[in-house]
Amino acid sequence: MDQKENNSRRNFLDKGLKIGLATAIGSIGFSKLAEALTTQTAKDSTDKMQLMTTNGTLVEVDTSEVVEMINGQAEHIMYNVREGIPNRKFVMVIDLAKCKNALKCQESCNKNHFITGDNPWLKVHKMQADDDTAPYWMPTTCMHCDHPACVSVCPVGATFKRKDGLVLIDNERCIGCRFCMAACPYSTRVFNWSEPDQGDITMDMHMHGEEHYSPEYAGLPSVKGTVDKCDFCPHLIKENELPHCVTACPNGTFYFGDKYEDTVTNGDETLRLSKLLTDRAGFRLMDDLGTRPSVYYLPPVNRLVDFKEGLKNFSEYKTDKKPE
Amino acid sequence: MKNYDKLLNDLAPQKFGKAGVIWTSSLIVIIIIGLIAYIDQIRKGLVVTNLNDYALWGIYISNFVFFVATSFVASVTVAVLRLTNNSWRTPIVRIAEIIAVACIIMAGLTIMIDMGRPDRLLNLFIYGRMQSPIIWDVIIIPTFMIISLLLLYFPLLPDLAILKTHFKEKNPTLSKWYGRLSLNWTGNPKQTKIQLKSIKIVALLILITGIILQTIDAWLFSTLFRVGWDSTNMGAYFVSGAAVAGLGALVTVVYVLRRAYKLENYITNIHFDKLGKFLALACLVYLYFNINEYLIPEFTSKKEEISHLNLLIDGQFAPLFWLVIIGGLIIPTIILLFKKGRTPFSIFVVGLLVVIGSWWKRYLIVTPTLLHPFLPIQGVPKSWQHYFPSWHEWIITIATLAMALLIITILVRFLPIIPIEKTANEQELLNKNTNS
Repeated sequence: MDQKENNSRRNFLDKGLKIGLATAIGSIGFSKLAEALTTQTAKDSTDKMQLMTTNGTLVEVDTSEVVEMINGQAEHIMYNVREGIPNRKFVMVIDLAKCKNALKCQESCNKNHFITGDNPWLKVHKMQADDDTAPYWMPTTCMHCDHPACVSVCPVGATFKRKDGLVLIDNERCIGCRFCMAACPYSTRVFNWSEPDQGDITMDMHMHGEEHYSPEYAGLPSVKGTVDKCDFCPHLIKENELPHCVTACPNGTFYFGDKYEDTVTNGDETLRLSKLLTDRAGFRLMDDLGTRPSVYYLPPVNRLVDFKEGLKNFSEYKTDKKPE
Repeated sequence: MKNYDKLLNDLAPQKFGKAGVIWTSSLIVIIIIGLIAYIDQIRKGLVVTNLNDYALWGIYISNFVFFVATSFVASVTVAVLRLTNNSWRTPIVRIAEIIAVACIIMAGLTIMIDMGRPDRLLNLFIYGRMQSPIIWDVIIIPTFMIISLLLLYFPLLPDLAILKTHFKEKNPTLSKWYGRLSLNWTGNPKQTKIQLKSIKIVALLILITGIILQTIDAWLFSTLFRVGWDSTNMGAYFVSGAAVAGLGALVTVVYVLRRAYKLENYITNIHFDKLGKFLALACLVYLYFNINEYLIPEFTSKKEEISHLNLLIDGQFAPLFWLVIIGGLIIPTIILLFKKGRTPFSIFVVGLLVVIGSWWKRYLIVTPTLLHPFLPIQGVPKSWQHYFPSWHEWIITIATLAMALLIITILVRFLPIIPIEKTANEQELLNKNTNS
């Protein structure tokens, strides 16, 4: 009985293997054939097309080689999460003249990234360089540096820099050594010291159309023993929407955009990035450290709001605006 | 021949007395309590510590740095004294090797306690990136561990063969183990030649890897932007600090073992005098680097440097800072500079001061810097502006220290703490000289 069963299994395996092998060889053959046929037609084509390159010279191209260009802004283009959206370079401009510490940015960020602890990713600092100089409010996000100290020191590549400028964290790879937190001069990174209390996050994930964990949606879910931080909301920008803090700000303090397109917008107005930075003397935070941040600041001059107005929202020792 | 028997009886490993049993079992109890606390930490996460997003490293890291520093003892005594032909080193080198092995094993273990996800340890090998100083550490710590084990093992071979015959009747199982480990050592010229050559190579390697290890440990901090770490002084500062910690630990352990095993005939006052001078030299060098580290930034008075230094000099860390600098460095140096200060007991006390000072010194390197970031600490709970270890952290850290002591105790129980063969040879040589 045993013997027989063994035999039949062996036969089955034997046959299965042979059939599988035959199919594989067959399909390779077919694909080769198909390839040969297509190249044949391509070679036969004699239609030429005149096109102008970006630097203005006319070139002639075979029509068969002309493919419609995928628009850089097109939604749902496939790209490697660790490489980023092709041909984009995301930047943010924060206008310190407009911030009044309303904390709507923080509220929206906390709510949409399910941040429930004492560790908001977006902070608004009360700054004053010296007793004689004026105080101002300064929102800080992750600076998404082009020379990120956190990425340099990460031993496992859990935090990585993308070509589109974003610095993201893979919470499924992070070992929780917190070296990146020590490396970041902006103290932007936070740690999940305990199991994050995020409610029924799996339900939320379905609601947001995210079936699986992705570094492109930080906080969904946060993982115990790993590092979190502002992610510039790639889950929104790939849908051509603005990050939560930008849309939430009542004063239009945050501008978001693409450096290659040289435009930034706060939702109300769209401005030329280079002109804005030149006209308003834009600067980057601790630029002397060589971190080359993607976040620019405009100095707090000609302010629209009174600094004191923000004080009612300010408490030195507590986080505000947790999600309801 | 009678001399030799006495020597063997004096130096062969002995069973624990009552004190030994109490000592070992209390160490084991402490370790078990620490293990329970660690399991609790794994279950609940690092929330059981008092660490926070600003004080993101605490005593787990400073304790790790302490272990790494103390493991330097093998490089600084065994290798340096060998290369400089200091023959008085014979009775103390084995103890130094044992301390180094215990400390580097514990360094490897303690760094894992700090990890948020110890379950992902293998990621270091799967995704390791050479540019991260942590990977440098992952490479150098096992390397140093292997070399320090070899440095303990190679010189042991003749002694293991001696112990094999010594325990043949008294304890056959133990004798069998000594036999296996002695690798058929007979002491013929061919074997001796290979052994001496191997020891020479390993001694040189331990010096090189020791300096690399300490330097990488310094780079874990100096590759970061933070004020107090971002200093070109760090590498040399850590190497010299490690010499102090290692020698401090050595004199303390040597004193305790001498008393416990009545080795006054072998480890004499001369040895303590020499060790005392060596420790004084290490302290002076370390003091020099401390002056560079703390005094020179005061001169240019950069805003951030000054507020960091103020934390140490007259801020919240001032009492600890001055205790460590004065009690753990200046006073020991002054005591050791006088001949009367270099008696065994005095050196033991100095050693204790130095070791305790060295431990807290690492705390002062790690914590104040983190509590002084570039952007102000705002909008977080008030407790995040301070850091002092929680009970979990203390219990686990004390357990790691106990584990280091337990490793030392076990090695001392089964290995001859003073090289038998070498001592016998030296005494024979001495006798020959006096007779002729």
